[in-house]
Amino acid sequence: MKQFLSFFFIGLFLGILFIKSEVASWFRIYEMFQFKSFQMYGIIGSAVVLGIIIVHYIKYSKQKDFNGDAIIITPKNKGFIRYFVGGIIFGLGWALAGACPGPMYVLLGTGLPSILVLIIGALLGTFVYGAIKNKLPH
Amino acid sequence: MDLIYNTWPWYVSGPLIALIMFLLLKLGKKFGMSSNLRTMCSMAGAGKYVDFFKFDWKANKWNLYVVLGVITGGYIALQFLSPNAPQINQDVVVQLQELGINSANTSFLPSEIFSLESLMTIKGFSILLLGGFLVGFGARYSGGCTSGHAISGLSNLQIPSLIAVIGFFVGGLVMIHFLFPLIF
Repeated sequence: MKQFLSFFFIGLFLGILFIKSEVASWFRIYEMFQFKSFQMYGIIGSAVVLGIIIVHYIKYSKQKDFNGDAIIITPKNKGFIRYFVGGIIFGLGWALAGACPGPMYVLLGTGLPSILVLIIGALLGTFVYGAIKNKLPH
Repeated sequence: MDLIYNTWPWYVSGPLIALIMFLLLKLGKKFGMSSNLRTMCSMAGAGKYVDFFKFDWKANKWNLYVVLGVITGGYIALQFLSPNAPQINQDVVVQLQELGINSANTSFLPSEIFSLESLMTIKGFSILLLGGFLVGFGARYSGGCTSGHAISGLSNLQIPSLIAVIGFFVGGLVMIHFLFPLIF
């Protein structure tokens, strides 16, 4: 129950944040790819700058998590094709749908059935990747 | 109360996202919003057909709890905290009108794409399904999404994440500058 509540409340806060910062708005994503607003760049940029400081602090002070275990951040495997090609495919969808996975869930709150179609599409995409994974260059 | 009702500026929103990443690390997890899609596929029994989904999804239940929270938070914010539509750059409003999208500055999402009316057309339905599909496929192929690569990955100064984020932008720019005029 405690585990459920901690993750639920982090999600709840994130959901409110995705709406109030407008990163879940299709218009903001379009505007970002037109380089016509600082909002999205400011959000991602400041999160990353602070994130770099946080991750360094965790590593150098050997921070433990709340359970007392060491925090281990496993880096991604080396590679190029999967990150670049996968990234391009993701970007095409991000711009077309105007939403990445987090905002898709947030937008269910609009009550629009179209959001369900987006999520079903994302689940299908995940499934198809899993099915043809071994045939793709990584 | 204006602080809550108005758009949260980037210098508030960005640091709050970093704070969420920190809390998830302190809880022994990492910040990423797309791996839950794999968990859901696995939960729905996809492991019977595809090995990629054959894993103990119960160990990943926490990311479903986050999703439940995100859905609830989105509902609360959309219904009670967000009376305003995003006010975007005027040049962009004009560009969108040229594409036939006239709902900028008056709604949170373009009704031309997300309304029930549009969903009922083959074109409207395909745009949404394909958009979602590319997001889901691309996120797993590249191993992360905006939160996993752009926030968590770049914070950890990972080269793979930088490559993925560059890919996100290449894809996004191609879609908006070259494909949008063909689609809309």
